[in-house]
Amino acid sequence: MRRGSLWPWVWLGLGAVYFFVPLLATAEFSLRMQKGTLSLLAYEKVLQNREFISSFLFSLRMALLTILAGVVLIVPTAYWVHLRLPRLRPLIELLTLLPFVIPVIVLVFGLIRTYSRPPLLMTTTPASTDVLLVAGYLVVSLPYLYRSVDVGLRAMDVRHLTEAAQSLGAGWGTILLRVILPNLRTAVLTGALLTVAIVIGELTLARYLSRPAFGPFLAQIGQDRAFEPAALSILSLAMTWAAMGTIYWMTRGQQGQIGGGH
Amino acid sequence: MVPFLAFAFFFMILPASTLVVGAFQDSQGGFTLQHILDLRQRFILEAYRNSIQVSVVTAVVGALFGFLLAYAITLGGVPPFVRGMVITFAGVASNFAGVPLAFAFISTLGRTGIITGLFKSAGLDLYRMGFDLYTFAGLSLTYLYFQFPLMILIMAPALDGLKREWREASENLGASGLQYWRHVAMPILLPSILGTMVLLFGNAFGAYATAYALTGGTLDLVTLMIGTQIRGNVLYDPGLGYALAVGMVVIMAFSIGVYSWLQRRSERWLR
Repeated sequence: MRRGSLWPWVWLGLGAVYFFVPLLATAEFSLRMQKGTLSLLAYEKVLQNREFISSFLFSLRMALLTILAGVVLIVPTAYWVHLRLPRLRPLIELLTLLPFVIPVIVLVFGLIRTYSRPPLLMTTTPASTDVLLVAGYLVVSLPYLYRSVDVGLRAMDVRHLTEAAQSLGAGWGTILLRVILPNLRTAVLTGALLTVAIVIGELTLARYLSRPAFGPFLAQIGQDRAFEPAALSILSLAMTWAAMGTIYWMTRGQQGQIGGGH
Repeated sequence: MVPFLAFAFFFMILPASTLVVGAFQDSQGGFTLQHILDLRQRFILEAYRNSIQVSVVTAVVGALFGFLLAYAITLGGVPPFVRGMVITFAGVASNFAGVPLAFAFISTLGRTGIITGLFKSAGLDLYRMGFDLYTFAGLSLTYLYFQFPLMILIMAPALDGLKREWREASENLGASGLQYWRHVAMPILLPSILGTMVLLFGNAFGAYATAYALTGGTLDLVTLMIGTQIRGNVLYDPGLGYALAVGMVVIMAFSIGVYSWLQRRSERWLR
């Protein structure tokens, strides 16, 4: 079936050029802050920037809250749809597709106009605005989280696992927490890392909700400086790599069911 | 189940309906179609046209190139570690969007970018030759960076789903490789290829951050226009802002509708 052909390599080569050239160019650009020599000056400036750390930690916190809220909302729902309510699947899938229908800029427009006036006033305090922000992030990452959980559930025998757990006397909470969730750990972690990658650099929601997140900080640096943006670009690429590398490392060799295979 | 539905209602349905209601409401609160009709103004149509153009071009080119790469790593007979690498790269690239991506392309192909400089020292002034990162061509080139990897990520499993038995069966019946692709593989794959293309369209159409960071908001795109409208009533007509947003949702809804219809068709075979 395999005919040794050159074409796959040609496409791979083209893809590699397109993928790597901007990265290499950006890396080089980021080292050019000092005239005439290559230096790490741009990175130093970035890391010394107080706002860099504070906005990054803020975004990380928001990402973790998003994941937590996402798991609590999605895992039981997806499980229940698989087990008992397959008839609701089209509705749930429609809802998880909605974030694609509502672009982020439209979402934040709607959120602001809905929640910046009574009776649902939520934009007055930082804490309540953060709730809005996390909700927005969750909407944006919903398709990815739901899909990875759904794929995880498909890979296991939900019905038999549930029946086995029930016959051993487990309640719904136990089943979800100790049978379903451990089997979903790869799926959940994949979705979680994707969520982190999405939330950390997200600009639109944070910008219009006026929260001190990493995305708006990046955009501001981009307007004010020449070399620091390149350094920041490389740093965020490194973070994306870390997230993706972890996903790859985690999913390696343990595809499919974990619990039932023994 | 109930918390999930409540969440969907409060943070997706309700905000969307606020905009829809606003788009059909005049300043006294009565029903009006005026805002929708106002969308026919020249600068608004222009923004829609630009947005759609960038999205169509990057969706088609991204889908083609992504498919070729997905084919290369699944059926192309490359060693498995190459496949792993490409999938990881694609995962990185499809998530490397927004502001950092714009920065990367500015450092590469901006006016003072490294590659621009390289070309210049070779005697080719890209910007004199009509290239400009901050307009249509540059924006498309930048969007492609997250478009085609997404195609790879979606198409690779679909290509894996082509069962070996189908190929063997068609070969047993005397079909050539071309005939197999023409009559068996393509009909099975086409819905998911077209579906993903539609997804890529939406992906680009709704993109705000990349365009904002790249052009500073100077290019006429619908997303950028809505952005300025949120900050202040720059259109001098709040209703028009709502109508603009609703117009986007309608286009997105149409494309996602087509996507899920195609996806259902492809699921008949690729499970």
